[in-house]
Amino acid sequence: MNLSPALSTKTRSYLSANSRILFWIPTLLFLFSFFFFPLFKILALTFNFETLADFDNLLVARDSLLFTFYQAALSTLLTFALGLPAAILFAKFNFPGKSLLRALTAVPFMLPTVVVAAAFNSLLGERGLFATTFDLLLSTFDLQPSTFNFILILIAHTFYNTSIVIRIVGNAISRLDPKLESSARVLGADTFHVWKDVILPILRPSLLAAALLVFMFDFTSFGVILLLGGSQFATLEVEIYIRALQLPNLNLAALLSVIQLIFTLVFSILYSRTINQVSTQTAPRFSASRPPKTLRERLFVFTGYWILLTFFLLPLLSLPIRSFTRLEADRGQRTEVQYGFTTDYYEELFINRRGSLFYVPPVQAALNSLGFAGITVILSLALGYPAAYALAKPTRLEKFLDPFLMLPLGASAVMMGLGFILSFGRLIASPFFIPIAHTLIALPFVIRTLQPALASIPERLRQAASTLGASPLRVWQAVDFPILSRATLSAATFAFTVSLGEFGATLLITRPEYPTIPIAISRFLSQPGGLNYGQAMAMATVLMLLTTLSILLIEKLRFNNAGEL
Amino acid sequence: MKKLNLLLSSFLFVLAACAPKGPATLTVMTHDSFAISEDVVTAFEQENNVDVVFLASGDTGTMLNKAILAKDAPLADVMFGVDNTFLSRALEADIFDAYQSPALSDVPAEFVLDSSYRALPVDYGDVCINYDKKYFEENDLAMPASFEDLAKPEYNGLLVVQNPATSSPGLAFMLATRAYFGDGFLDYWQSLKENGVVVVDGWETAYYTNFSASSGQGPQPMVVSYASSPAAEVFFASEPPADAPTASIVASGMCFRQIEFVGILKNGQNRDLAEKFVDFMLSKQFQEDMPLNMFVYPVNQSAQLPEVFTQYAQVAEQPANISYDDIASNRDAWIESWNEVMK
Repeated sequence: MNLSPALSTKTRSYLSANSRILFWIPTLLFLFSFFFFPLFKILALTFNFETLADFDNLLVARDSLLFTFYQAALSTLLTFALGLPAAILFAKFNFPGKSLLRALTAVPFMLPTVVVAAAFNSLLGERGLFATTFDLLLSTFDLQPSTFNFILILIAHTFYNTSIVIRIVGNAISRLDPKLESSARVLGADTFHVWKDVILPILRPSLLAAALLVFMFDFTSFGVILLLGGSQFATLEVEIYIRALQLPNLNLAALLSVIQLIFTLVFSILYSRTINQVSTQTAPRFSASRPPKTLRERLFVFTGYWILLTFFLLPLLSLPIRSFTRLEADRGQRTEVQYGFTTDYYEELFINRRGSLFYVPPVQAALNSLGFAGITVILSLALGYPAAYALAKPTRLEKFLDPFLMLPLGASAVMMGLGFILSFGRLIASPFFIPIAHTLIALPFVIRTLQPALASIPERLRQAASTLGASPLRVWQAVDFPILSRATLSAATFAFTVSLGEFGATLLITRPEYPTIPIAISRFLSQPGGLNYGQAMAMATVLMLLTTLSILLIEKLRFNNAGEL
Repeated sequence: MKKLNLLLSSFLFVLAACAPKGPATLTVMTHDSFAISEDVVTAFEQENNVDVVFLASGDTGTMLNKAILAKDAPLADVMFGVDNTFLSRALEADIFDAYQSPALSDVPAEFVLDSSYRALPVDYGDVCINYDKKYFEENDLAMPASFEDLAKPEYNGLLVVQNPATSSPGLAFMLATRAYFGDGFLDYWQSLKENGVVVVDGWETAYYTNFSASSGQGPQPMVVSYASSPAAEVFFASEPPADAPTASIVASGMCFRQIEFVGILKNGQNRDLAEKFVDFMLSKQFQEDMPLNMFVYPVNQSAQLPEVFTQYAQVAEQPANISYDDIASNRDAWIESWNEVMK
């Protein structure tokens, strides 16, 4: 760790002007080799300006761009409608079951889209729990079935991304100095004015940052749209997939992915500007959360609690329920479907009925997933730390580089996959490429989480410690470490969960002998039969448990550490 | 600097992981649905002192496009899984070397579509409408006997199909209608659309989310799937039922026969082993292993079918008659115009 805590602010920033580049080398080297180079390779081969001359291509580009914006804007609004109250709930109040509920809201982020689609269908589909409610809605407003699919997409986006709002805005709310609010109240402001004149202006950067991030995820959403809506809802990413892989028009796919990249870059620049404002306001944490007191607060907590619990728990719960329920006809009876409790699907996971070469015991699939997630954590922390350290005291170099760190989030996975093949050839079959791909996605978040913590370490504390005779190591232990350990754990959780959920799996060529849990799930779902479906649900339940447990564990560690401060 | 070292060593690790060691390695690129029994592969590996590495490369279209992009430095030595709807693109891109395997002697000529033996047939399966037996019994509804029947009001909203642009059974089914109606197939789809046909993007969604006889318990009692799917429903039941819950409509012209091919990739490294592997895929041992792993039919006529196949899987009476040249030259235009109509 190349921290130089004993130096004064002045000398440090003077020194870092030279060493800054050094801090950037690992991250930039990684991004160049595994992002910009493959992207350049595929675009150099497929992009040409003649594509722009064809009017039909422009029409496709315009339509998909407009629809992408439309659905992303609606999804973001809906996400905020749920996420904002939720962020306030978590930041301001303590209530029983809080950390479990908080972990629950973060689970969807890691679930593969196949599983989420199955979960939603078992709830809202024709024979789902809420089927009648939706039928009623459809008939009342005279909606088309395609509108129903569109609503499903919006709900699924909300389901996926609410935790981003809770995370970013919630953190900002909990950092609000409670004195601000009480002073305003003493000066006679009512709740409305406290929020409008005091709190909202302070929160604005974090609101904007969260909105941009959610928008960006919705903008490039792929699996959710294909599975819940179908390609009639042609977003840019869906259109790229179809043009690049199904109807061969790589030139058009390249044009669309350049458009998508340009917009991602714009969002990234905006995001990096706003998020820097968020981090400059990083004050020491106030432990502002407390039990609800007034009736109004209690009512807010009560309703918020139940709405969140219903919205997140019901779809998630439908998977384990389904994994223990048999819906097949009994032996010899075709007419009556027997509903009943069964552990068959779990037992079957351990049997290699067909002696298949690609059969993998569930424990092994879980271990594979955990192993890849572990490597992703190490890799993204190792690459993220130096960059975050440089970003903590940004100069023009950092301000320029910052937005580029976000680009991998918005690049088309399909085109990246093709770029990987052009760049690495046979090497991409190496299992090492799985954590590398996951790191590409995790890195921006890891840096974002570490940077404010690194920036928030008060230089005075370090100086005080060294004046009192502490060695540089001791200063680091006493000052930097406690603050950094929290942020590091948060960053690690993020990298870990990104990897478990297997973002960007379309990117790669895999060795079927080493499947992760998401791969095992989709393999079960690719063949007909009750056992296959049941095993997919059982595997999804395992994945869900695994992710919930790891989030809970890390949250617990995080709060324990916070207690030491 | 530590980080640099870590990065460098991880690079080396990647390289080391891929360096050849021990017996020769034969790499086989497949689509994600490929499966094989362990003892069958082991037998081949031992016999030829070779490690066989399989690469799952996405769905058929994705796999093919990856192979075409990597043509000059192929990712594998052998590629399995291109079907007759994609074959033309593979042959035009010239990714295969010709190999006239002696094992073709057991394969009927109708399956050998490429007369210059660049792509050799391995298996076939019929894409047909599957129906929920119970639904039709309970509602006292007769089975549709033709494509025209499906546009009748009594079948309103009962059929789910896949988008031919994103799904290979979807494409196969569209091709069957094209073979039957000729240029009028778009009008037919217009009438299906008016009759509430449901379009989804992939087989998984169609079968597990929309189809009523699958474990997903969806709303549509008819789905485009394979004629072998009823056998899979029996094989993968928790308790073997007396009868399959589903069946296929195999009436003349209503199914499309998908044939899957294997080919030796140009510029590959192990021509000898690649040839042996192709022979192996056509051998009785592999061909008999295939049905229960991938739920397809062997092209090798001497291969015995498993019991669950002979009992529950059906074969199209007369698959759609559409030439592979016709598919080759019109495939993309048909898909585009289909999407225009169904939008």
